[in-house]
Amino acid sequence: MFQSNKPDPSLLRGMTRSRLGRRDALRLGGLSAMGAFLAACGVEGKGKPQASMAPDAVAKFWADKTQNGKLNFAGWPLYMDPKKPELKKFTQKTGIQVTYDEVIQEMAPWFAKVQPQLSAGQSIGYDVMVITNSSQFGQFRDSGFLAPLDHAKLPNYAANAAKSYASSSYDPGNVFSIPYASGITGIAYDPAKIKEPITKLSDLWNPKYKGKVGMFRDLQELGNFGLLAAGIDPAKSTEADWQKAAAELKKQKDAGIVRNYYDQSYVDALGKGEVWITMAWSGDVFQKNVSDGTNFKFVIPEDGATIWTDNMAIPVTAENPVDAIMLMDFLYELENATTLAEYINYVCPVPAAQAQMKKHAAALTGEDKAYLLSVAESPLVFPGEAEYDRLHYYVDFNTAEEKKDFERVFQPIVLG
Amino acid sequence: MDRVKRTLTPYLLVLPGGLWLLLFFAVPMATMLSLSLQEGDIVNGFVFTGHWQNYVDSISAYQTQLIRSLVYGAITSVVLIVLAFPVAYWIAFYGGRKKATYLFLILLPFFVSFVLRTISWRMLLTDDGVLLHPLKEAGLLPADFQVLGTATAVIAGLVYSFLPFMVLPIYVALERIDPRVVEAARDLYASPLTSFRKVIFPLALPGVFAGVLMTFVPATSDYVNSELLGSSETTMIGQVIQSQFLSNSDYPSASALSFTLMTVLLIGVFSYARALGTEDVMKVAAR
Amino acid sequence: MRLRIGGDRLLHVYTWILIAWLVLPIAVMILFGFNDPQGRYNQTWQGFTLKWYGEVFALEALTDALVVSLLVAVATALIAGALGTGIGYALGRWQFRGAGALNLLMFAAIASPELVMGSSLLSLFVSLGAPLGPVSITIAHVMFSVSFVAVVVRARVVTLDRSLEEAAADLGASGWTTFWKVIFPIILPAILSGVMLAFALSIDDFVITNFTAGTTQTFPLWIWGSTRVGLPPQVNVMGTMIFAGGVLLAVLSNVRSRPRRKTA
Repeated sequence: MFQSNKPDPSLLRGMTRSRLGRRDALRLGGLSAMGAFLAACGVEGKGKPQASMAPDAVAKFWADKTQNGKLNFAGWPLYMDPKKPELKKFTQKTGIQVTYDEVIQEMAPWFAKVQPQLSAGQSIGYDVMVITNSSQFGQFRDSGFLAPLDHAKLPNYAANAAKSYASSSYDPGNVFSIPYASGITGIAYDPAKIKEPITKLSDLWNPKYKGKVGMFRDLQELGNFGLLAAGIDPAKSTEADWQKAAAELKKQKDAGIVRNYYDQSYVDALGKGEVWITMAWSGDVFQKNVSDGTNFKFVIPEDGATIWTDNMAIPVTAENPVDAIMLMDFLYELENATTLAEYINYVCPVPAAQAQMKKHAAALTGEDKAYLLSVAESPLVFPGEAEYDRLHYYVDFNTAEEKKDFERVFQPIVLG
Repeated sequence: MDRVKRTLTPYLLVLPGGLWLLLFFAVPMATMLSLSLQEGDIVNGFVFTGHWQNYVDSISAYQTQLIRSLVYGAITSVVLIVLAFPVAYWIAFYGGRKKATYLFLILLPFFVSFVLRTISWRMLLTDDGVLLHPLKEAGLLPADFQVLGTATAVIAGLVYSFLPFMVLPIYVALERIDPRVVEAARDLYASPLTSFRKVIFPLALPGVFAGVLMTFVPATSDYVNSELLGSSETTMIGQVIQSQFLSNSDYPSASALSFTLMTVLLIGVFSYARALGTEDVMKVAAR
Repeated sequence: MRLRIGGDRLLHVYTWILIAWLVLPIAVMILFGFNDPQGRYNQTWQGFTLKWYGEVFALEALTDALVVSLLVAVATALIAGALGTGIGYALGRWQFRGAGALNLLMFAAIASPELVMGSSLLSLFVSLGAPLGPVSITIAHVMFSVSFVAVVVRARVVTLDRSLEEAAADLGASGWTTFWKVIFPIILPAILSGVMLAFALSIDDFVITNFTAGTTQTFPLWIWGSTRVGLPPQVNVMGTMIFAGGVLLAVLSNVRSRPRRKTA
């Protein structure tokens, strides 16, 4: 143990003794210089308290930005009709070309991937990205990686978004982000393989489905389900609770019930029959059924599930932020928000879309009409009070230390 | 003047490449060593504090995966020797004029991206895939039968990925054997088995060593096979390091694990290389 | 004796079984480039089509990734070819102080796990705050392929007949002229195979690239990313084309180099 910048002399002696000759030892003499080097190459953080954001930050960021006629959108798989009708409409209306990439499949790797570029002040090649309100949202925000939004450029958002979003805990006042969609983490299963109805979280622990159960790799998602299964509200949990939840998850894993811990790939695994029952995001299963003709089911477990919000945000280094914010606002036009929700089956941030969707349904006939009506009435797209009672928010971390502790508790389960 | 120039020439020639290796191979290792002794988090930055505890913590948390990887790597190498030796032997001694063609066929997989090959396996072997689905439909296999997600699948994948790396060096070693030596053994009334055991195998050993060297390290540190073909029961150390770096941004603990892995492997490799001479290994490696 | 003959038959069959096993996933890859899947999951056979060959460049992101891969591979082949030739020639031609250390460094670079090299480079780049992208990928690729080029070139240089050089000098050629007129043509095939090796190593690299790419996509990275959500048949088509091109190139260069070997 040593606190100084130089390596412990006894370590150097140990390294140079016996195994190496004198000349090698001289060569290793460079090591003491290396000691200084070792200490010098710390990784600089970008963290600064949020309060320090200057009041003119918005004006300053947007002052010299112009419309460039193109933008790159970093989205998730199964989050927009593959034909991208909304984006085509946008291009028709504004002439702005949109490149939509499904590059985000889980929050933690996405943050880790773009962090080095963002902290080097380099463009990540995307002008708008869809990020979940998980702990990585806080990391993006606190590292100063998100551009402050100019709400003067978001009239449709102001007019149409549900008011509750402005008071979110992760981005109060929507300083850095506006919602893309919200979703519920529940259970999906294949009724061809599982005959009995799935209703409870404990079904994921059912030894009958040994080796065919999928859980999420995202530590917050996994931890939440462990907590809920142990009967604990994630948002109010303490470190002792985390240990209890981890014990539940460990039991499930040690019994060989879990096939694997997945990111977005759980849909693929469900399709390939690798898992029969899995943690799942609410809209994915519907889109999978529509595009691949499968017949999977999604349920919100009786004993609780989590709700989260995916948000559109502009990285500070974006090359086309003006085009990006135009698209963000465009997606809040009533018609666009409606068609988007009709396809993706995720919770729509625009309440008026429900009536609009029913209008669309009225214009249709037969099966299509019934389907669209069912989407408009779906509690997964427009949840009511009864659903919200069963839904919980993510664990909130007050400090980086807390987040780290949480990860230390759950990481070994995923990487076991 | 000319003499000075002549003695300087090799240094000038070596300088750019050597510098590149120094800057982007040796220096990063030092950076990683430094990172492994730092504390902090990605948002607020990491500071060098000589925090050896990183090693203690990460090794104790992931020793299972480290040991599992070494075991998988070792099994892979052994299976490879068993599978590759007969092929190399046959090509070297009976390949005749078509030797080059056979070697080329063995090398065919290298013309397809490593990731894509592994994905192909996954597609073939998946639970409801082209192979298993018909068998399950026909009732020949239980509905919950699976190949993927088992240690066997992962090791089979590793064996597949590195097979050519084992065939080639053994072939090279066998090819060098003077057939007269084998004949001489036979003339001395050695049975085929004895001449194999006492003459051919010992002469092929350098090739086997080189093959082990070229397969054990990449197999042990691989994460593609176990990610695509394995399950949570088969997690290897490569996956841990990968996700600590590229998912959790926990650079110190990832660096500590990475450094540990490298130390363990390099100690093995260098003791191997000493038994054999680096020249030989490099020559074989270059093929 | 009879047993031994039976033995080689058995070994012959075994060799072909092993080759079949090696080729099986490639066949699957090629086959599914002709599949006509309904949804986005190309995993069960649903009918023959050629349409993906017509639409091979229809996915812009995939095409971009392939272009990045090709550019990086060309840059890597050229840089690593030049630097590696320098090292290989010097090591094969002269004995000099530091040669041992350089050998050791190269050996370590060849023997180190890719995972460790990739992660350590990431450590360096984040410590320096250096940007990630095609440049950092190329730096990494040159790093791991330069030693291979050097080893290949050195192997050829070591076998050079020194009297050639002396003869050239006797005829009044300067060192520079001798190198370009006499030595270079002889070692050129070795340099070319080194360059091709570097190209091949670069275009297929996944592990090190994954650490040093940032948000830049290369062909293997793009494939890796989309396996989780369904691989489009275009990937199979591109894989098939790269496979066919590589095999063709290898066969052609082998045919062309054969007569030369006889005269040498």
